[in-house]
Amino acid sequence: MADLRSVRAWIPALVLLGLALVPAYATFSGQSFHVTLFSRIMIYALAALALNFVLGFGGLVSFGHALYMGLGAYAVGILSFHGVGNGWLHLFAALAAGGLFATAIGAVVVRTGGMTFIMITLAFAQMGYFLAVSLKHYGGDDGLTIDARSALGVIDLANNTTLYYTILGSLIGALWLFNRILGAGFGFALKGIKSNERRMLALGFPTFRYKLIAYVVSAMVCSLAGFFLANLTKFASPSYMQWSVSGELIVMVVLGGMLTLFGPVIGAAVLLLLEEALQAWKPGLYPPLEALVNQHWQLVIGVFVILVVLFAKRGLYGFIVQHRRP
Amino acid sequence: MTWGLVLTQVLNGLQLGILLFLLAAGLTLVFGIMNFVNLAHGSLYMMGAYFAAAAFAATGSFFLAAVIAIAATMLLGLAIERLALTPLYSRDHLDQVLATFGLILVFNEIVRYAWGPASIYMNAPEALAGQVALFGLNYPAYRFAIIAVGLAVAAGLYWLINKTRLGMLIRAGASNAEMVSALGVDIRFLNSMVFAIGAGLAGLAGLMAGPIFSVQPGMGEPVLILTLVVIVTGGIGSIRGAFYGALIVGLVDTIGRAFLPVILQALVERSVAQAAGPAIASMLIYLLMAVVLALRPQGLFPVRHG
Repeated sequence: MADLRSVRAWIPALVLLGLALVPAYATFSGQSFHVTLFSRIMIYALAALALNFVLGFGGLVSFGHALYMGLGAYAVGILSFHGVGNGWLHLFAALAAGGLFATAIGAVVVRTGGMTFIMITLAFAQMGYFLAVSLKHYGGDDGLTIDARSALGVIDLANNTTLYYTILGSLIGALWLFNRILGAGFGFALKGIKSNERRMLALGFPTFRYKLIAYVVSAMVCSLAGFFLANLTKFASPSYMQWSVSGELIVMVVLGGMLTLFGPVIGAAVLLLLEEALQAWKPGLYPPLEALVNQHWQLVIGVFVILVVLFAKRGLYGFIVQHRRP
Repeated sequence: MTWGLVLTQVLNGLQLGILLFLLAAGLTLVFGIMNFVNLAHGSLYMMGAYFAAAAFAATGSFFLAAVIAIAATMLLGLAIERLALTPLYSRDHLDQVLATFGLILVFNEIVRYAWGPASIYMNAPEALAGQVALFGLNYPAYRFAIIAVGLAVAAGLYWLINKTRLGMLIRAGASNAEMVSALGVDIRFLNSMVFAIGAGLAGLAGLMAGPIFSVQPGMGEPVLILTLVVIVTGGIGSIRGAFYGALIVGLVDTIGRAFLPVILQALVERSVAQAAGPAIASMLIYLLMAVVLALRPQGLFPVRHG
């Protein structure tokens, strides 16, 4: 499968190599904010990758995955608030919170499908949002400032570059994990359920259990992304689980190519870079228009999303991969 | 905790429920016919509120503002349906959700551009500025009017759906759109009609919400998500389900927020109750939805297929 001449193998390799070189480039050019920007891109890429596991391969269109990012972030925030600095404990709490919530919510949502699934995942994520807002003790609406990053033993996350490579390592690890799962029996069963659940049931597959496990795994990887997000921003906020973040994650998946493993990574990078570019767009041709775009960049994103849905359904990476295949 | 307070909260709950019903009705009917959920329905509600506030400020007449807001929202809804949503009817749910998500972003920015990012205020009409006495209780007349108007609209919809030819076609379309289409009914036109009615109701909801809630960009989405909870709880595609679901959600949410912290204080320690009360109250309707879905996945009042 990993034919070195195939575009499937070298595009991900090139992108990951490029990501690995970002800190060096940032030091060289003296623009250290690139490290933070690309840390954020990789965190969302990790979450989008996880979402795509259930959305693209399992056919479960979750409009609530931001909830799990928020839970991961709040696990770090709340433990730090109580003076617990141990990063392994933070990590464990983030994954456990994500896993527990996902099991409880998943047991309700994966019984349904289609439009109902979309509506209730959205509703449950909103529940998490309002829960966070109602926690006045932990900052409520304003969010929770985190004093220090998680202390992970020898891995010194306080150093931006170390944090960067830890996130990159996790992203590669997640890619490897999902690649393994999708190539194994579980992945084939999941894809089978997506294309015809009734047939899979008739063949004797406990489809509910398969879907639930996939949902929980996906949610836990999202909580990991939330763990990193809290560490990057030193902040946990209800806005991390706002409904629009869940929407953006879906956009990343579709933009990159939802039937591919690597597509969401590209989608996350393109969407976030586009957002950055629109906010700072100053070619100096017609300043009033540029100021308008800088201020109302979300309008451009909205139109862009509609155009992608209408005309570029396979996504960027999906497009490249499918066209070059012999 | 007096009975007057309880009654006030019940009325507040009814009022929220009525607003949710106005939104849920249009959304659930379009879902029934076209199997399509328009997430931008909340944007129509927001536009209705802005149209109303702008028209009220310009004309000074609440009645005129109401007519303008509802008509403008209906036209906007029709335009969206024709231009953006029609190509999506044949697509899968993912595409529909994403495209309408894009529409939400566009509308929020349009509003931010036209009226600014801060919230704008809209007064209740002069005639309804006072209080009404009800069972020895003073309740704001405007809020009472919302309940009355909402119930009248619900009755009107009941008549429209159950007693008229258009309503018969809508019910037929909801149970089997293809068959109705094969019998020579222009299902697309029917759907546009339903969509326009739904948009008008959303505009009405926005207009009535204007003087109570702040009119601001993004005001449609929290309400939209509550509406989705209503639809799922009541039963998708069912107008009866939307009505009862809306009242249940409105009452449970309002009463839970008002009294749960107090009730908890009677049971557990004060500090725990103060922390946990609001948290549990904010989750109540979602837990209700989860329980309903676990016991009756089709919702409480599903469409009856005869």
